[in-house]
Amino acid sequence: MSKNKNTKIVMDKDGIDRCLTRIAYEILEKNKGMQNLVLVGIRTGGVYLAQRLQKKISDIERDKIPLGILDVTLYRDDISASNKKPRLGETKINFSLDDKVVVLVDDVLFTGRTIRAAMDALIDFGRPKMIQLAVLIDRGHRELPIRADFIGKNLPSSLWEAVRVDLVEKNGVDEVVIEEES
Amino acid sequence: MKLLLTGARIIDPAQNIDSRMDIFLEDGKIAKIGTDISKSLKSKSSEKITKIIDLTGMIIVPGLIDMHTHLREPGFEYKETIASGVAAAVAGGFTSIACMPNSNPVNDNRSTTEFIRRKAAQAALANVYPIGAISKDSAGVKLTEFWDLKEAGIVALSDDGKPVMDAALMRRAMEYGFSLQLPVISHCEDTNLSGGGLMNEGYYSTILGLSGIPGIAEEAMVARDILIAEFTKTSIHIAHVSTAGSVHLIRDAKKRGLKVTAETAPHYFTLTDESLQSYDTNFKVNPPLRSEQDLKAIKEGLADSTIDVIACDHAPHGRTDKEVEFEYAANGISGLETSLALSLNLILDKTLNWPELIAKMSTNPARILNLPKGTLEAGADADITVIDPLLQWTVDLQTFRSRGKNSPFNGRRMQGKAVLTIVGGEIKYDGR
Amino acid sequence: MKFEKKDILGIKDLSIDEINLILETAESFLEISTRKIKKVPTLRGKTIINLFYEASTRTRTSFEIAGKRLSADTINISASTSSVVKGETLIDTARTLEAMNPDVIVIRHSASGAPHILASLVKQSIINAGDGAHEHPTQALLDMMTIKERKGKISGLKVAIIGDIEHSRVARSNIYGLSKMGAHVVLAGPATMLPRDIEQMGTKVFSRIEDALVDADVVMMLRIQLERQKQNIFPSLREYSQHYCLNRSNIKLAKKDVIVMHPGPINRGVEISPDIADDPSCSVILDQVNKGVAVRMALLYLLTGGSE
Repeated sequence: MSKNKNTKIVMDKDGIDRCLTRIAYEILEKNKGMQNLVLVGIRTGGVYLAQRLQKKISDIERDKIPLGILDVTLYRDDISASNKKPRLGETKINFSLDDKVVVLVDDVLFTGRTIRAAMDALIDFGRPKMIQLAVLIDRGHRELPIRADFIGKNLPSSLWEAVRVDLVEKNGVDEVVIEEES
Repeated sequence: MKLLLTGARIIDPAQNIDSRMDIFLEDGKIAKIGTDISKSLKSKSSEKITKIIDLTGMIIVPGLIDMHTHLREPGFEYKETIASGVAAAVAGGFTSIACMPNSNPVNDNRSTTEFIRRKAAQAALANVYPIGAISKDSAGVKLTEFWDLKEAGIVALSDDGKPVMDAALMRRAMEYGFSLQLPVISHCEDTNLSGGGLMNEGYYSTILGLSGIPGIAEEAMVARDILIAEFTKTSIHIAHVSTAGSVHLIRDAKKRGLKVTAETAPHYFTLTDESLQSYDTNFKVNPPLRSEQDLKAIKEGLADSTIDVIACDHAPHGRTDKEVEFEYAANGISGLETSLALSLNLILDKTLNWPELIAKMSTNPARILNLPKGTLEAGADADITVIDPLLQWTVDLQTFRSRGKNSPFNGRRMQGKAVLTIVGGEIKYDGR
Repeated sequence: MKFEKKDILGIKDLSIDEINLILETAESFLEISTRKIKKVPTLRGKTIINLFYEASTRTRTSFEIAGKRLSADTINISASTSSVVKGETLIDTARTLEAMNPDVIVIRHSASGAPHILASLVKQSIINAGDGAHEHPTQALLDMMTIKERKGKISGLKVAIIGDIEHSRVARSNIYGLSKMGAHVVLAGPATMLPRDIEQMGTKVFSRIEDALVDADVVMMLRIQLERQKQNIFPSLREYSQHYCLNRSNIKLAKKDVIVMHPGPINRGVEISPDIADDPSCSVILDQVNKGVAVRMALLYLLTGGSE
């Protein structure tokens, strides 16, 4: 974390956990239980959040909800033109998506382009009955007609700010930070 | 035309001269050589002198002779013509060149020899001495008419490019040629051993996946030809020596008093097979660039006079011959315009001194080919090369007078260059 | 790390980090070939030319599938070497292809170094799909990927490569690759098939297969080219197969969990006995084919830089 950036913590460990608990209940409420429900986390931040949601939902329902991992790199709309290719992560969806309600999980919803790529990818795996979207942070600035079904926190931000979600699994700490680009 | 050259250091190994002197050329001959010519000439009859050239800082040597070139005409004029070849020769400091018979048709008959001489006379730059083929069409089957060819003007015999595989034919050629004072120049290569090979066989051929030409392909034939020379009491000249083994065989033969002479080319003491790693076809020559040890042995052979001559094996090619896959590319380097500078490195690295180098590039080839050249003695032909030993320059293929722009030395920094080439008393190249 | 190479001409030019990146990327691509819809849109609008001067169904198909699964347009050009010698040179072909503005040119050629010449002439990325007896980098990468999957590592393994080393580009690429990755490579073949100074590549060399097989973790058998018999590098197939064929008895010298590889196509009964080639407990030959597509997808993905 660079020192010359102006950073502000906007959500701490407990805040994140409370958000995820609420989202878990909202998912179950909206879908009337976990019948036909699967979670798919978008690499990388979304995967850890999806794992936490999986645990919360499984605890509530006393049954394990299936979890898939999706790397959307190959579906990005800037990939063909990009000069150097980003490192690929593994995609792992070990179950059929046909007629399932898929809850996509990501950390931050911003332009919507990642979600567009994720939806294209999901459809290559099968024909889900419905795709829903759960995000920890919605920071606005959409460039595509996409909205989230489950939102941890709306965080209006300016374009010269960056929103970063740190998670224990990734950075050793749970917090959401706004950084001002210097 | 009368010319007085003053101020230069004159090196003539034939006369054991290495000092500052003047040299006076008259009617195509060297009229006088000495320390006090300029004064005496000026005081006596200055109107007789057409031109005085001050060559302070320069080195004057007997005109350089390259005894191994390929002029490609007749038959392959897109690679080189006799006219472009002699233009390259004088630009490289050569006043005389001997050209190999592998044109199309092969120089295995009087009319081809006469054609070459006529074309050379028309070009009127460097002297051209044709070398006749040993066998008809250089096919290694039937001897050519040595006597007739000699009368037409050849100075030596060779099937260069196509080794004489038949030992009996080689024996006959050496016997018959020797009786006519025609030296036989042998391209030593056992084609069964080298067959299909593209580069020196060793570590680099292994990692590059290019089939190898073993050193023994050359050495086996060097040994054979030495044995024939010994048995028949004749002589042999070994062309383009490239391996340590050949150097040892020739050294040993000379020790035993046999009439064996040998030449090598600048690329064999400048480059090794390591350079082939880029698959640049400009490095493809036959015999191939060898190993570091071979390069060292070649230099030792030059230093101890095992190798008598430096000849560049000038092998010009067209773009279509070289801009192809390594496997299909033609062998050879366009060498006349880089040979002297590359050879001067032997002085810089102390392998040879000046008189030794000039002997290998003028005196010795003249002696081997029985040419009345290679000396600055009064009365000799006024063939003179003037070298600026300190001139720094960069090889640029685009400035080559040769049609063959195939050189691995493009872009190389050089020191030393021929700046004035005089043939028969006339200035044929002035690069000052 | 970023992948900075313009071309993949040989394993010799790749660093350990680059090899690891290619292998990891390839592992991510394995999954796509298991999907119902085996296609991702990544290289939409990119053009890949497969320029094959040498017949090769396997490698060409593998590159073609790799390109198609990434949504690139793949075009196959089969040129015969004989026409090349006569008329159109590789340089002419290169300039023509360049004018068509492809993104990647995959080249297979019987002349060693042909991909290097092509790479020096055109701005596009070149992938060497096998050149003469020089290198076959994608084969070595898929071999390394197969070994890594089966053994969990490459470092420290003993790999025996058996057969006609002299004429094998697969052997050279694998010697470079496996040695870089820390494996201990040994070679065996008749002395006539071992190129000069090969041990300087850092390998041990034996003339008997048994000496190389001892304690081997991996055995890689090379294909015998029948037409080489003319060059007298082996007297007869009968004699060769009696002394250099991998069979039930000599494989016992290797480790118990040895895996057997072959770049294909196999001469059954010549370099490898049929029961070994088909034994799923040790033969990973079909696995190699499967990895081939993933490795080639990874290379196409890493090499296709866009507009600059």
